[in-house]
Amino acid sequence: MVSRLLPSVIVAQFCRSILKGIEDHMSGRNANPVPEKDGLRPNSGRKQLKQRMKSAVGAVLRGVIPALLSVASFAAGEPANGTNIFAPASTPAKMVTNLSVFVLVITGIIFVVVFTLLAYSIIKFRGRAVDDGREPAQVYGSTQIELAWTIIPVLIVVVLYLATARVIHAIQDAPEPMDAVQVTAIGHQYWWEFRYPKLGIVTANELHIPVSDPANPNPTFLTLFSADTDHSFWVPELAGKTDLIPNHPNRMWMDPHRTGIFVGQCAQYCGVQHAKMLLRVSVDSPEDFAAWVHGQQQSAVQDASVEAGRRVFESTACINCHAVAGTNANGRFGPDLTHLMSRATIASGAAPNTPEKLRLWIQDPNKIKPGSLMPAMQLSDADMDALVSYMETLR
Amino acid sequence: MSSNAITVPGLQIDEKPWVDILHEWVTTVDHKRLGVLYIGYALLFLVVGGIEAIVIRIQLMFPHNDFVSPQVFNRMFTMHGTTMIFFVAMPILFGFANYLVPLMIGARDMAFPRLNAFSFWLSALGGLLLYFSLVGANGLYGAGNAPDVGWWAYAPLTARAFSPGHSSDYWTLSLLSSGFGSIGTAINIIATILCMRCPGMKLSRMPLLVWLNLVMSGMVLITITPLSAAQIMLLVDRYLGGHFFDAQAGGSAVLWMHFFWIFGHPEVYVLIIPCFAFMSEIIPVFSRKPIFGYPVMVAATVCIGFVSMSVWAHHMFTVGMNSYANSFFTITTMAVGVPTGIKIFNWLGTMWGGKIQFKTPMLFSIGFLFQFLIAGLTGIMMACAPFDWQLGSSYFVVAHFHYVIVGGILFALFAAFYYWYPKITGRMMSETLGKWHFWLFLIAFHLTFDLMHIPGLLGMPRRIYTYEPGRGWGTLNLLVSIGAFIQAIAILLFVANLIISYFKGDKAGNDPWDAWTLEWATNSPPPAYNFASIPVVASRRPLWDLKHPEDPDSRYE
Amino acid sequence: MSALANSALANPFPEAPTNWSLPYRGTVAMAGLIIAESAIFTIFVVAYLFYVGKSTTGPTPREVLETPIFYTICLLSSSLTIHFAAKSLARDRVGTFIGMWLLTILLGGSFMYGTAQEWHRLIYEHGLTISTNLFGTTYYSLVGLHAFHVTAGLIMLLIVAIFALAGRVRVEQSRRVEVLAMYWHFVDAVWVVVFTVVYVLGR
Repeated sequence: MVSRLLPSVIVAQFCRSILKGIEDHMSGRNANPVPEKDGLRPNSGRKQLKQRMKSAVGAVLRGVIPALLSVASFAAGEPANGTNIFAPASTPAKMVTNLSVFVLVITGIIFVVVFTLLAYSIIKFRGRAVDDGREPAQVYGSTQIELAWTIIPVLIVVVLYLATARVIHAIQDAPEPMDAVQVTAIGHQYWWEFRYPKLGIVTANELHIPVSDPANPNPTFLTLFSADTDHSFWVPELAGKTDLIPNHPNRMWMDPHRTGIFVGQCAQYCGVQHAKMLLRVSVDSPEDFAAWVHGQQQSAVQDASVEAGRRVFESTACINCHAVAGTNANGRFGPDLTHLMSRATIASGAAPNTPEKLRLWIQDPNKIKPGSLMPAMQLSDADMDALVSYMETLR
Repeated sequence: MSSNAITVPGLQIDEKPWVDILHEWVTTVDHKRLGVLYIGYALLFLVVGGIEAIVIRIQLMFPHNDFVSPQVFNRMFTMHGTTMIFFVAMPILFGFANYLVPLMIGARDMAFPRLNAFSFWLSALGGLLLYFSLVGANGLYGAGNAPDVGWWAYAPLTARAFSPGHSSDYWTLSLLSSGFGSIGTAINIIATILCMRCPGMKLSRMPLLVWLNLVMSGMVLITITPLSAAQIMLLVDRYLGGHFFDAQAGGSAVLWMHFFWIFGHPEVYVLIIPCFAFMSEIIPVFSRKPIFGYPVMVAATVCIGFVSMSVWAHHMFTVGMNSYANSFFTITTMAVGVPTGIKIFNWLGTMWGGKIQFKTPMLFSIGFLFQFLIAGLTGIMMACAPFDWQLGSSYFVVAHFHYVIVGGILFALFAAFYYWYPKITGRMMSETLGKWHFWLFLIAFHLTFDLMHIPGLLGMPRRIYTYEPGRGWGTLNLLVSIGAFIQAIAILLFVANLIISYFKGDKAGNDPWDAWTLEWATNSPPPAYNFASIPVVASRRPLWDLKHPEDPDSRYE
Repeated sequence: MSALANSALANPFPEAPTNWSLPYRGTVAMAGLIIAESAIFTIFVVAYLFYVGKSTTGPTPREVLETPIFYTICLLSSSLTIHFAAKSLARDRVGTFIGMWLLTILLGGSFMYGTAQEWHRLIYEHGLTISTNLFGTTYYSLVGLHAFHVTAGLIMLLIVAIFALAGRVRVEQSRRVEVLAMYWHFVDAVWVVVFTVVYVLGR
């Protein structure tokens, strides 16, 4: 699990995180210098200094925490884009991360203070082996001290709440641009259905969305439904999770700032194969996204050489559950297979999309995802060969 | 140590046939015996729930492990959660309350001894029903299986369509039974505390354990009942064709969540408040000082009781409530942290300036303080709704609540065991084994539950029977599992200590810890009638007054 | 520890306070039960109100419900009669007690008869059952839960009536009878809430 490049990779990642934290601190903050008047700085200098210190601490932490976590995760060979909530790549995720660093600093300070008092008291006030046998002073309480340690926590709560409420509204009540990419996500036991109503696309399990330049945002808004039990859409580096609940549509948005593959999975126990309801989000450049959309909008490839396989598909129970655009397969219970070969995985991430795995999935799904609702198709070898060849043409 | 106006000398009793002893125990209405029955019952289920946890941890040691099938794993985590909350934590805390409350208020028994027995057996039936599901429930996967819907049994997963067979019904019926048993015990505790205190024991002179059990019992009355109501609704849906949670007919899955968490959140305060009670009795004795700020400790607990009824939807931050609702539950959840934090400060204030004796009960109490502090702080983190949008339903939450339940509740319970075992059995537990138990459990606990936070931060959701290898969760899960195995060994040490000390422990006498509440004024174990004559008290620490007639507490009240 | 033994033998306890009286445990226990039951009813009421107007099919409350004024008066008067019964027993007027007690049972029984009649009409004339729609589910659950508690109360009242007619209920039992009366008052109070929610607000 530990690659030979690990030491240099760890160091590089560590430095990258720290530098990024410092970079964030240098840009955007303290852009307005304090004006000097008669050679004296006005009082706001002290506030600015405090602010600067706070943001410096925050920046370092924002560098340290992902660095530490990256070390932990690199020890196990994590890919470049993982599921690290401290490596956000989209605005809602970044807002959450910034807030969480603030919360961590405050709770960290509270911990250090209280722990120090605890450690001090058990050392200083320990009973000695040799002592005079008298009981210590029987103190019943102290109103001033109790008042102090009531008021200070109340103030901390007020500060935390105000910071939090701001982020809640910023994310949940974010304005929705008219030209945002709209995706409808429908959770099923145990796969994801994605529809793009404005683009006329139906696909499954792997989401493609365009990258969003912070200067010129191009967010994607998702409407979340469920066809059966509760699910939850969680791609940590792109956004916090939002549940998919039957009869209760939800909305969420994300605007990834860099291209790449982002992964996640269902985060609300939905039944036996909850663990393998994986998510794969491909953030594409505008050109790649347009190309992908164009490809998905086409009907299924018609390839005469796999006619036998197509007949197997259309005459067995496949079409009860699956749809292939442009054929008479129009089942909606299972994933749309029109462009199955445009996906990197099958069975919502449970297996890579290779002919061998596809064959195994059709023949005996319980070998890949025991308890999934895909039935074992009980096909002869000849039929299976033909069918897999046909499916391999569904690009 | 026996000639004392309120105790009796040890009596010689002839050996009874075991059948008679068994009959006595089965038909007892004595609060002390029922307390021991509750505690013994809970310890049995602690072992069962622990085995379920070990199975879970073995499965999660490596990615794509196949130690158990997903079906079995899902039953394991459902049964582990349900067992630990309802058949370990609730009974053991009711057991201690049953044993200690009448003794501490100078009464001879609870207000309603037969209701007491009835409530115990009703609760015990619950545990049996849940485990009978292993053989009695028919499901899609074969004959006889346990519920696998998670201990929250979210709708519509529990609908007939998604949970065929009877496993969900066993979950429902067992919790209805133990729920009614809990309500019976709570009513009994309240009536006992309000109506049976010895002369002179005004409410302001009750030991904090008694106060906190009063608050806890009051909470039980309005906490367990929403779950019972929701479960009746679930049965109506499953058996009478009702539509309470039927999305097709306009029913709402979210309504189940609201009802469940209106139970579920105050429930965890129901569990922790008796543990605060243990700490409030043990820390003063081993610091040799009275509790710092008794009135505020009472007020803070009552405050927690009320505010905790307003925070439930912080378990539902990801459900899609609007921003105002999310903000409301953020502020209430943070607010409930204030009185809770105050209690930690008061315990620190008790230790401050004292002469701390590091006997085993105190070791576990200090562990409690450290761990409850951390657990409270991770709770504050998740009180921030946006942070919870990432942390919720992940292993960070699992780590947080195990920190509270194992690091807080279980540590407090261990302290209570070591502290009151001498009173219950007349023998001291072994200090050596106790220290081994403490240090081994402490280290293993931190190995497991400190590290468990990290997979949560790295995106690992909960309730998954396996996980992908490329996400950085593997090594951490392996270490977490190793910690769990070591914790199991420490628990075995504890059980060994319980058994060995019963036969070989030093005789304890009435008051081995030089403590100040009324239970230490009678024999160990107490006679059936508790006190030869009903005590009269003039302060919060009647035995302090007796031991220090030159400087009694009654002078300062 | 010897200080304890010595002082214990000498004068173990301070003087007992002269006026040490605590509440009656039956009253406290019944208050606790009432609080718990109120919580259960509250959840059913919340579900009822939440689902008002949300049924996707079937008869609506407006179409099928008839306000049960007469049977409500019966039930609420039974609170009055049981109050007089308990008062009489406290003054050892056993005859009046028995009369009022039996009248309470009669009035409570009339209420149950009225409920049964209403349900018969709803099921057979309007086809409304617990599985028809959300209204059916919530209506029968809430009213049914209440009726169950009335039934349990009536059984307890009957048991007391039997013992009373056998001459075993006198002024010494008046505190216990008060506790049972508390339960009956609770059942009536719940009906006020259920009535308001189902027949006034929910239509």
